[in-house]
Amino acid sequence: MNNLLTMPVLLPILGAGLTLLLGRRPRAQRFVSVFVLFLVVVVAAVLAVQAHTDGVQHLWVGAWPTGYGIALVGDRLAAIMLTVASVITLAVLVYSTGQDEQELKHETPISIFHPTFLVMCAGVSAAFLAGDLFNLFVGFEVLLFASYVLLTMGGTGPRMRAGATYVVVNLLSASLFLTAIATVYAATGTVNLAELAVRLPELDTHTQAIIQVMLLVVFGLKAAVFPMSAWLPDSYPTAPAPVTAVFAGLLTKVGVYAMLRTQTLLFPHRPLTELLLWVALFTMLVGILGAIAQSELKRLLSFTLVSHIGYMVMGIALATQTGLAGAIFYTAHHITIQATLFLVAGLVQRVGGSNSLDKLSGLAQMSPLLAVLFIVPAMNLAGIPPFSGFIGKLGLLNAGVGVGTPLAWALVVASVVTSLLTLYAVAKVWNRAFWGTPILPSGRTPGADDDDDDEDPATDRALPPAQVGATCLLIGLSLVLTVGAGPLYEYTSQAATSLRDGNYAAVVLQEVDR
Amino acid sequence: MTPSLTLAVTAGVLVAAGVYLLTERSLTRILMGVLVMSNGVNLLFLVAMGPAGNPAIIGAFDGATMSDPLPQAMVLTAIVITMAVSAFVITMAYRSFQLNGNDEVSDDIEDARIRALAERDDVSDSYEDATFSDTGEDVVSE
Repeated sequence: MNNLLTMPVLLPILGAGLTLLLGRRPRAQRFVSVFVLFLVVVVAAVLAVQAHTDGVQHLWVGAWPTGYGIALVGDRLAAIMLTVASVITLAVLVYSTGQDEQELKHETPISIFHPTFLVMCAGVSAAFLAGDLFNLFVGFEVLLFASYVLLTMGGTGPRMRAGATYVVVNLLSASLFLTAIATVYAATGTVNLAELAVRLPELDTHTQAIIQVMLLVVFGLKAAVFPMSAWLPDSYPTAPAPVTAVFAGLLTKVGVYAMLRTQTLLFPHRPLTELLLWVALFTMLVGILGAIAQSELKRLLSFTLVSHIGYMVMGIALATQTGLAGAIFYTAHHITIQATLFLVAGLVQRVGGSNSLDKLSGLAQMSPLLAVLFIVPAMNLAGIPPFSGFIGKLGLLNAGVGVGTPLAWALVVASVVTSLLTLYAVAKVWNRAFWGTPILPSGRTPGADDDDDDEDPATDRALPPAQVGATCLLIGLSLVLTVGAGPLYEYTSQAATSLRDGNYAAVVLQEVDR
Repeated sequence: MTPSLTLAVTAGVLVAAGVYLLTERSLTRILMGVLVMSNGVNLLFLVAMGPAGNPAIIGAFDGATMSDPLPQAMVLTAIVITMAVSAFVITMAYRSFQLNGNDEVSDDIEDARIRALAERDDVSDSYEDATFSDTGEDVVSE
């Protein structure tokens, strides 16, 4: 029993209600939502410590006789995901408060933005903490619904077009998920994950295979895994920068989390390694080749997002302790880094007036600070040592070599190639957008001899402190992941071990037996 | 437990019709598809529930004759979610109609642009920038 488990869901929901009431008072609204998300960060951190020291935390909500109510479960995996996710959402929210009035009207009508954002946070928390499949579905629906609203915010032409694809894809995945749940219930008579962990292995292998593949398709669709990834680069880039950042950082990772959870808990004895390794291979390569072809910063980043999901799927596919540890570490790293890069893309839009690489040039001269803010996470994404991206990739490569089948070796090679191609893609952005002669949006180039012109870009388009601060916070977090990689990797290692030792089901079901 | 064939077949037909409608371009038809499909999926829960029985009210009926209440609760949740989805998609279709005069889900413009570039075998402007421009001609001209 741990009542703290309800807080990451309840706090944002209450906050959403309150901010909706405060719709006409932007200042109070901002204060409430930042405060609420700060509390969630604290709660998540406490849960992470508790899960580490006292083992799996669980709660049967509503004090029903145990086994009947809804179970919330927080083990190390859920807790670390929750912690990283809540820090990201807090940083993105702070970033969004830095938008000035003009931008707010254009990008994010604030009275709706804050409540919807908080509802999305509640959905993410609910999905991470869900102890049964149906609650996982509800968590997904809550976060998806909020994301529909955030994605189509303002109802402009491009956003309606991008939103339509996104909504249709997710409606299909919701129907598939429900079908899978009905199948699971018909086969086992329960949807509780802990009970399923006991009952599913008793079914005949064909039924198990059907259920497993259905769940993998559903979560693969949400995580944007290769054959089902085309919707992502199409729909993400048109949204406002903070929205894209949090989508890219979190929403696909919730799918990855669900895959990790179901693969390790429900099907530990049938990891489908071959199939998933092929999927991971194609996700990596197709994603990164797509990124290289792009000439728009946000689209390029969306493609790298798809590509790097492949690394996490690789870890899940290997299903060894080292593989899972690598996948969990990589997920935590990638949530941070991808969100940071999209926030920087928002700043690029602000300074350069565009996100198209054809229209950007000389940003490093116009704003050296922005150049630093871009290059650090970009190098981290490409996996340049000593950043956390390198450490995560090293862990996965190690796991791949450890398995040692030809296909695992192919994956090792593919992940190195993908890493190099990622470096190529971000170097392309660096060359075309940050180097060269600055072009001002008005079309004139500042004369090199004229000293007065140097101040022009700075005064015209100064970077708002809140946005720079939030981006710095996330870069700081990624550096913490780098410097603190030792203890953190230890934590994810133990998370991976506890995913495989069957403790989850034992702890949750303990009280049923009593 | 013997599952009901009628329910299973009806669910199959509804889902098939729904998937067909989902492949249409118009958002309104897609919405119809989602509605039909979600009804089909809800029927699947009734299949999973087993034969119909008495209402699940403790004390009013014998436990053995009650129907399983859990799938009913799930279907109820699913129905509520579908209702919200319908409201949202209708709004989207209307907004799309306001903007474009139709409610079609259109292709990715940027994607088409890049494909066109590839077909023309075109390269970006910065491709030339990367080559050395210092060929010595400038020195001669000076």
